[in-house]
Amino acid sequence: MMHIQQEAEERHVLTVTVDNEAGILAKIAGLFTARGYNIDSLTVADITENHAVSRITIVTHGPPSQIDQIHAQLERLVPVHKVVDLTEVGPHVARELALVKVAGTGEKRVEALRIAEVFRARPVDTTTESFIFEMTGAPDKIDSFVALMRGLGLVEVGRTGIVGMMRGAEEA
Amino acid sequence: MSEERSGANILVESLVRQGVEFVFGYPGGAVLPIYDALFGDERLRHILVRHEAGAGHAAEGYARSTGKPGVVLVTSGPGATNVVTAIADAFLDSIPLVVISGQVPTALIGSDAFQEADTVGISRHCTKHNYLVKDPADLAAVVDEAFQIATTGRPGPVLIDIPKDVQIATAIWNDGPTQRRQRYAPRTEGTAQEIAAAVEMLANAKAPVLYTGGGVINSGPRATELLRELQAKTGAPVTSTLMGLGAFPADHADWLGMLGMHGTYEANLAMNQSDLIVCVGARFDDRVTGRLDAFAPNSKKIHIDIDRSSINKTVRVDLPIVGDCATVLEQMLAEWGSRKGQDLTAWKARVDGWREKKSLSFPRNADAIMPQLAIQRLFELTKDKDPVISTEVGQHQMWAAQHFHFFGPNKWLTSGGLGTMGYGLPAAIGAQCGNPDSLVIDIAGDASIQMNIQELGTATQYRLPVKVFILNNEWMGMVRQWQELTYESRFSNSYSDSLPDFVKLAEAYGWKGIRIEDESQLDAGIQAMIDHPGPVIVDCLVHKESNCFPMIPSGASHVDMLLYGDTVAGTMDDEAKALV
Repeated sequence: MMHIQQEAEERHVLTVTVDNEAGILAKIAGLFTARGYNIDSLTVADITENHAVSRITIVTHGPPSQIDQIHAQLERLVPVHKVVDLTEVGPHVARELALVKVAGTGEKRVEALRIAEVFRARPVDTTTESFIFEMTGAPDKIDSFVALMRGLGLVEVGRTGIVGMMRGAEEA
Repeated sequence: MSEERSGANILVESLVRQGVEFVFGYPGGAVLPIYDALFGDERLRHILVRHEAGAGHAAEGYARSTGKPGVVLVTSGPGATNVVTAIADAFLDSIPLVVISGQVPTALIGSDAFQEADTVGISRHCTKHNYLVKDPADLAAVVDEAFQIATTGRPGPVLIDIPKDVQIATAIWNDGPTQRRQRYAPRTEGTAQEIAAAVEMLANAKAPVLYTGGGVINSGPRATELLRELQAKTGAPVTSTLMGLGAFPADHADWLGMLGMHGTYEANLAMNQSDLIVCVGARFDDRVTGRLDAFAPNSKKIHIDIDRSSINKTVRVDLPIVGDCATVLEQMLAEWGSRKGQDLTAWKARVDGWREKKSLSFPRNADAIMPQLAIQRLFELTKDKDPVISTEVGQHQMWAAQHFHFFGPNKWLTSGGLGTMGYGLPAAIGAQCGNPDSLVIDIAGDASIQMNIQELGTATQYRLPVKVFILNNEWMGMVRQWQELTYESRFSNSYSDSLPDFVKLAEAYGWKGIRIEDESQLDAGIQAMIDHPGPVIVDCLVHKESNCFPMIPSGASHVDMLLYGDTVAGTMDDEAKALV
């Protein structure tokens, strides 16, 4: 009899600066699939005035040796300029934006609005029986907010995935 | 001078500018404009293959034997998908290829047009880089960058997909050097600290081994010379992967032979018992390491590789040096200076003890030609001609690696990483194109040769005098061997039934056919093959059930090698069966 063995895993936030060319996202996402790596979240947008360069933030998890391989495999791609493992370099900011739709009336509606204030979530759409809250923050803060909304008429959640950056004056 | 030219024309000019001599290809609807641009152009020689897989492997054989990039030209859809195996092969073995594929016109992309395939998507993970060119004005820069990417850093295949309308539309062509951004700059040198540390480790080692791979060949002939110099200074024994054979001369006293699954006893034991492994341009492949947790348990490891992702991928090393083999070896030699290493007498005595096992020996058979003997005779009778040898994949490939011997780089062409049956014949054709005066021999098996047998016609058409030496045992021998050793001799679908008459087949294609049925005919048959000025198939009937030993079975370590005469259980536990 044979059983599949699992190794201890770590969660890492990587930022990848790439040439903004056709197929680059497929190349990076496909690299993860082809080599059996995990993507927990992935965000991408161009960051230069001429739209030539994009920044991708990938949250992944895996054994330390695999995280190191992911780093090396990403760097091997020709359109990739730079890969930074924020979890490795140290203190960094990781933020996410969420849209949370909650429907309800009466006491539940008031409670939802009160909790939203505590979490600094902002209503960006309001009807007499619903809100859409916009909030940004660390992923676990969004997790907590969404958990509280479940009991108060949660309809749907949209999240961007993490954007990350190293703390301090330097570029990572 | 600048003028308007069609995309097809710009492509051809760009290839000429790169110094391309041969294009291996097959025409079709989506590349007709390029074929028209090639018509009557004497600067590029187009070799018309019989199947696009043949074009890919021929380009690989050309590249591997000349050190120059191989160029492939195929049409869209099936033309492109047929070449994918060769692209994947070149990717794993780090062979520089530039593959140009036609694509349906830009406006039809995504419409499931006739002969449309998502070539860029399909080839994305088996190319080093790929392009879909949407404007002929980009072509010159794309081709220029493609050749740089294919040939520098860790070499590999690059694909350029060109829609038909882009081949026809025009753009400005400049005679001057191509203007483009420079974004690919692989690291080639080790740092001073790394080099100093490596030399220090090597100078202090009492039981060092140089473990070399295809990277030494890819780095160019200079790397081969530097490897020999470093070996001479340190006295360390040398072993090589399948891909690295020829980097170190096989008649040298410190040559251990190939290591790994079918490597020699002395090579594997030296790795296992060493106190320092210096890995030069190899990648600790599973065929080399055997069981990972038992791999060279007491040795420090230095890994020199141009690809940072090869480092710590399977085996953790103590000192990684990212750089080109030749450059790093040169740095190490400079740092070594007039140093003296440790006295290796005791270490070499142990190595000689392992050599005593004579792990490549095999029993003689009165009734059948032993396949190992056939290779030995082929080697003895051709070695003065410094031949180029290609192989297919299987037992014959391993016997060739064990019993044919190499003294210089670029003489040994084999599909190592991907293990592609059908590689050898087209690779030999490509090698013969690049080395018109060399004796080029494809050592084949009866099953593998049939996988790209159609390329016999290519050799005939271009008067290429390639030789195919088939070790015919009427089996897919390596599959049969694994079934014997792992599945209690249940030979599921591994018998080569309905084999063609290879001699008649040769003759049907205008080749010479020779059959060797008995040991007494062996030398004469080989000599007749060498003496014939045109292409020859030798159908050498060999002992049918010979196994390839030595062998490290799956899941075993270097110290658990099977040698000829060992008793084999004929089955394995599931953990071992699940390994590749």
